Amino acid sequence: MTLAADHTPPKIVLKDVAKAFGPKQVLRSVDLKVGQAESMVVIGGSGTGKSVMLKCVLGLLHPDRGSIQIDGEETVNLSRRDRERVMRKFGMLFQGSALFDSLPVWENVAFGLIQGEHMPRRQAKDIAIAKLGAVGLGPEVGDLFPAELSGGMQKRVALARAIAAEPEIIFFDEPTTGLDPIMADVINDLIVQCVKDLGATALTITHDMASARKIADRVAMIYQGQIIWSGPASRIDDSGNPYVDQFVHGRAEGPIKMAIRAL
Amino acid sequence: MGFVSAIGRTLLTFFEATGGFSLFMWRALTHCVRPPFYLRLIGRQIVDIGYYSLPVVGLTALFTGMVLALQSYTGFARFQAEGAVATVVVLSMTRELGPVLAGLMVAGRIGAAIAAEIGTMRVTEQVDALATLATNPMKYLVVPRVVAGLTMLPILVLVADIIGVFGGFLVGVYRLDFNPAAYISRTWEFLEPLDVISGLVKAAVFGFVIALMGCYHGYHSKGGAQGVGAATTAAVVSASIMILVTNYLITGLFFSK
Repeated sequence: MTLAADHTPPKIVLKDVAKAFGPKQVLRSVDLKVGQAESMVVIGGSGTGKSVMLKCVLGLLHPDRGSIQIDGEETVNLSRRDRERVMRKFGMLFQGSALFDSLPVWENVAFGLIQGEHMPRRQAKDIAIAKLGAVGLGPEVGDLFPAELSGGMQKRVALARAIAAEPEIIFFDEPTTGLDPIMADVINDLIVQCVKDLGATALTITHDMASARKIADRVAMIYQGQIIWSGPASRIDDSGNPYVDQFVHGRAEGPIKMAIRAL
Repeated sequence: MGFVSAIGRTLLTFFEATGGFSLFMWRALTHCVRPPFYLRLIGRQIVDIGYYSLPVVGLTALFTGMVLALQSYTGFARFQAEGAVATVVVLSMTRELGPVLAGLMVAGRIGAAIAAEIGTMRVTEQVDALATLATNPMKYLVVPRVVAGLTMLPILVLVADIIGVFGGFLVGVYRLDFNPAAYISRTWEFLEPLDVISGLVKAAVFGFVIALMGCYHGYHSKGGAQGVGAATTAAVVSASIMILVTNYLITGLFFSK
């Protein structure tokens, strides 16, 4: 993956994004920039607002305040039609894979092509089989159902689905959660490879530091609904920020107090 | 003060839920008439809701018609009006028991299934995944079920009417010794088109309500397996109550003097 050059306009820009659920202020004021073809990893503990931030960018949640720009276009109050147009730029790997259990694997992978781009099923199936190959799965897997696959295989299928329509931006929500260390590393390698092959911009949220180190060009840390540090992945160990240090080294002692409630 | 705030909270929750449901219904209706249409999914739901509900609805109608014939015979015998059994069976089935019992049975079978399926999709982020794949979840999940409910319930009720009347005929002829030709003649004699039409209109409304309630509660479920269970219960209970309430309103509309 390449670092974004300073002169290229950022792909994703969040300015002063805030979101509350009732009295609970989850995002206070998030500011973040992700450059073209850059892989940004947002780290943070459970309950710090990572998922809410990602869902705001995806348009699944509407922020209470602030601006979210994709390719310079404001996306917060888009019409339904424009939202669907912007969505076509996105691919998403969900934490629990979120495969459609009523559809066979190939149809899961081809879903965006068939439903979103109205591609003929036969052509979409060929692409789906090719994408399954790109994540190390044979064509015979295409006819299985998600429930017949292991967690690691489901993650690969979900990755194949995320890249099937060759999106400009791919979001990864805790891509290695629930996987053994070896499978987690396999998934990390696949993510790096797929993002590189597509030349896509990637925004990942995770609390797995091994994953963050492997995937990231840049790292940002979110704490109590705000980005408290961001910088190159190479500087993660000498950030000079006590919150980042505590999180990166997984220490119980430090300025971060664990949130009790999940968001 | 605590009492007043409790009432206020309850009212706010009620209005929030009513408003939320009204908006959901409006979105479902508007998406029903706007392309794209997922015909393959509509077809699948028509089979699920219509075809696979036939046994349970048919069995319910058959025994209801049989019981109705027995009950009305023993009741009417007290004032020598046994001849009205066939008329009572056909009017009760077409106007009331056909649509209401079919509606309640389908609410239990289909309303629960819809809420459980969409609820599970919601808590496992499959609904969010649809949106990220440029597919509108309302169109993909809600519209096919609502269209299938709206169109299939009248057909189911028509079948239930016929089976229910046939059940009454069986009991009338083989248990109560009515003359078959006379029973059939009495069945047709006082039956008017409006009796059947009102039942079919009710069925369409019930089908819409069942599918909508299942979709609404499933779509808004949260909190894992417990949330899906709660959504399923809420879908069946609210659909059943709505069936009873709308049944009264439609009956008033058709038959009030």
